[in-house]
Amino acid sequence: MKLLRELLFPTIAVIAAFLVGALLILAIGDSPVQAYKLLIGSALSWPDGIGYTLFYATPLIFTGLAVLVAFRCGLLNIGAEGQLYVAAFAAAWVGITFANRSAWILLPLCFLAPILAGGLWGAIPGVLKARFGSHEVINTIMLNFIAVALVSYFTQYHYRTPGDPIMETSEIGGGAHIARLGKFIPGMPERIPLNLAFILALVCCVLVYLFLWRTKWGYELRATGSNPSAAEYGGISIRKQIIVAMTISGALAGMVGINEVLGYRYRYYDGFSDNYGYTGIAVALLGRNHPVGVVLAALLFGVLQRGGIHVDGFSEHVTKDIVQVLQGIIILFVACEAFFRGSFGRFGLLRRSKV
Amino acid sequence: MAEIFTIALIWSTIRLSTPLILAALGGLFSERSGVINIALEGMMLAGAFTAAAATYAAGNPLVGLLAGMAAGTLIAAIHAVACIRYQADQVVTGTAINILMLGLPAFLSGAFFLSSGSTPQIPKEQLIPRLPMVIAFVMVPLSWYVLYKTPFGLRLRSVGENPEAADAAGVPVARMRYAGVLLSGLLAGVGGAYLSIGQSSLFTRNMTSGRGFIALAALIFGKWRPVQTMLACLLFGLTEAISIQMQGVVKLPSGDDIPVQFIQMVPYVLTIIVLAGFIGSSRPPQALGIPYQKER
Repeated sequence: MKLLRELLFPTIAVIAAFLVGALLILAIGDSPVQAYKLLIGSALSWPDGIGYTLFYATPLIFTGLAVLVAFRCGLLNIGAEGQLYVAAFAAAWVGITFANRSAWILLPLCFLAPILAGGLWGAIPGVLKARFGSHEVINTIMLNFIAVALVSYFTQYHYRTPGDPIMETSEIGGGAHIARLGKFIPGMPERIPLNLAFILALVCCVLVYLFLWRTKWGYELRATGSNPSAAEYGGISIRKQIIVAMTISGALAGMVGINEVLGYRYRYYDGFSDNYGYTGIAVALLGRNHPVGVVLAALLFGVLQRGGIHVDGFSEHVTKDIVQVLQGIIILFVACEAFFRGSFGRFGLLRRSKV
Repeated sequence: MAEIFTIALIWSTIRLSTPLILAALGGLFSERSGVINIALEGMMLAGAFTAAAATYAAGNPLVGLLAGMAAGTLIAAIHAVACIRYQADQVVTGTAINILMLGLPAFLSGAFFLSSGSTPQIPKEQLIPRLPMVIAFVMVPLSWYVLYKTPFGLRLRSVGENPEAADAAGVPVARMRYAGVLLSGLLAGVGGAYLSIGQSSLFTRNMTSGRGFIALAALIFGKWRPVQTMLACLLFGLTEAISIQMQGVVKLPSGDDIPVQFIQMVPYVLTIIVLAGFIGSSRPPQALGIPYQKER
């Protein structure tokens, strides 16, 4: 019953967003049914549709979890975007620098580099907040722009293959490539970039759940989020919790680098992120800041991402920009929970439940 | 080094600061009333797209400018209703608006102009390169006057600092906050319109490229005060102007170009430093980000 209630509100928000989207599509003189059929239908075909949907969902699970962990500590991490850029570049940097080492050394290094880099980049706003009290939202926004400029500088001036017109680094060592799932799943060709990072994302969901709800450290983190003064009175150091939460959050966002660099392009490609960090906020909110919800929400956005490409190609007026429009409206509706409680509350459908 | 500090540089600084000043002053009104506005970027995009589309359709840039202001205000109204009426998280709502406005203009121009995210070219004689600039620099003293010398400004600041006390004194908290947020959309709309029908001659996808966030940074750097905010905008405009002028002109001793990325970072790094309190202290309005629920 509790689970159903938790699912009900996000479902309503998504349906409402699709209705608004339908009105927009009607307004420009196209058929919403046709557009949505393309959007969702193409994402469920085997093997390309499902393969790519899961591939697009992978970074969103990581960033969704990142936002979730910070949120449970009462922090809003708008900085996943910057954290994942720094992390992906770190993965490529290690993969290029130690390219000739054996896979036994290279792979663990390349695996740890993005996690550490993301964690460090996430820790900066944590320290700034804990030490100086400056707001993490502003600092993470600023750090996003700094991160993008920084990695673009290193790519352009130091790690680009001479003569390459594209802003990307040279390739990482072969030992650092991680397997694509096509290798293990019969019927799925290996050209589909879905890789082991997807499994890692699911494992992270379980780990985040166990950490937050089954360990003392997770309890302290959540206590800080739900009532900081009570937590402090109970002997928890809020400053330490803020830094810990932002570091874990950044490390989770950093794992996007594993999917992108070790599993997909095998190099750092400048500007690769399709707003994964910002969409992570939507994923966490829509998923009610719970790991299971994050997976479901990431899958939904994965469907949209995949379907958007199809809509672009096969419909007359509707472009793939409809995906961002839908995402924006979904977040708006999820944020305006009170609106839905007001309209549906009188039917007794949505009552405020204690999370 | 000397050859880049010219009249052209000053002129280019003023041009590049104009959209920043407009958006930052908009953010000023919103944030002084207690509502965080990270949606300035989205409001500017709304203004830029609508101004270009309306100018193209009507053949008159004044119509375009007004339409851009209206569009910015409309987007601000969404932000305001969500944050004030439904007490939604202001940062989350702002993020939603930014994502929405990244897609919506491109979606509409794809439909109306059959392009991939840009509006058709507007003839040169239908552009207004000066008017928004004048508006921006007139708005600075005007904002100062309104904020500090009128009853409206006093009330606006009071609901941003201490809404309970303001409410007890009879100030309509919600109405003042609506005014603040709507004004921010109006001004950000002008800033956006300047980008599309002043500086260039069409709307292109994501043409603000982070200017809304630089405006936000300038607002913090300027400690939520009109004149200081303008100075911050001029400083950030200057860094952009320098980075444009230096490209290919000034070389490092090694013969390479000076990387523009480091100049682009300046506003963001400065904001973090000033927010941490290293250069004077920058204190936000006391009730910034906290929804106000009237006691029943």
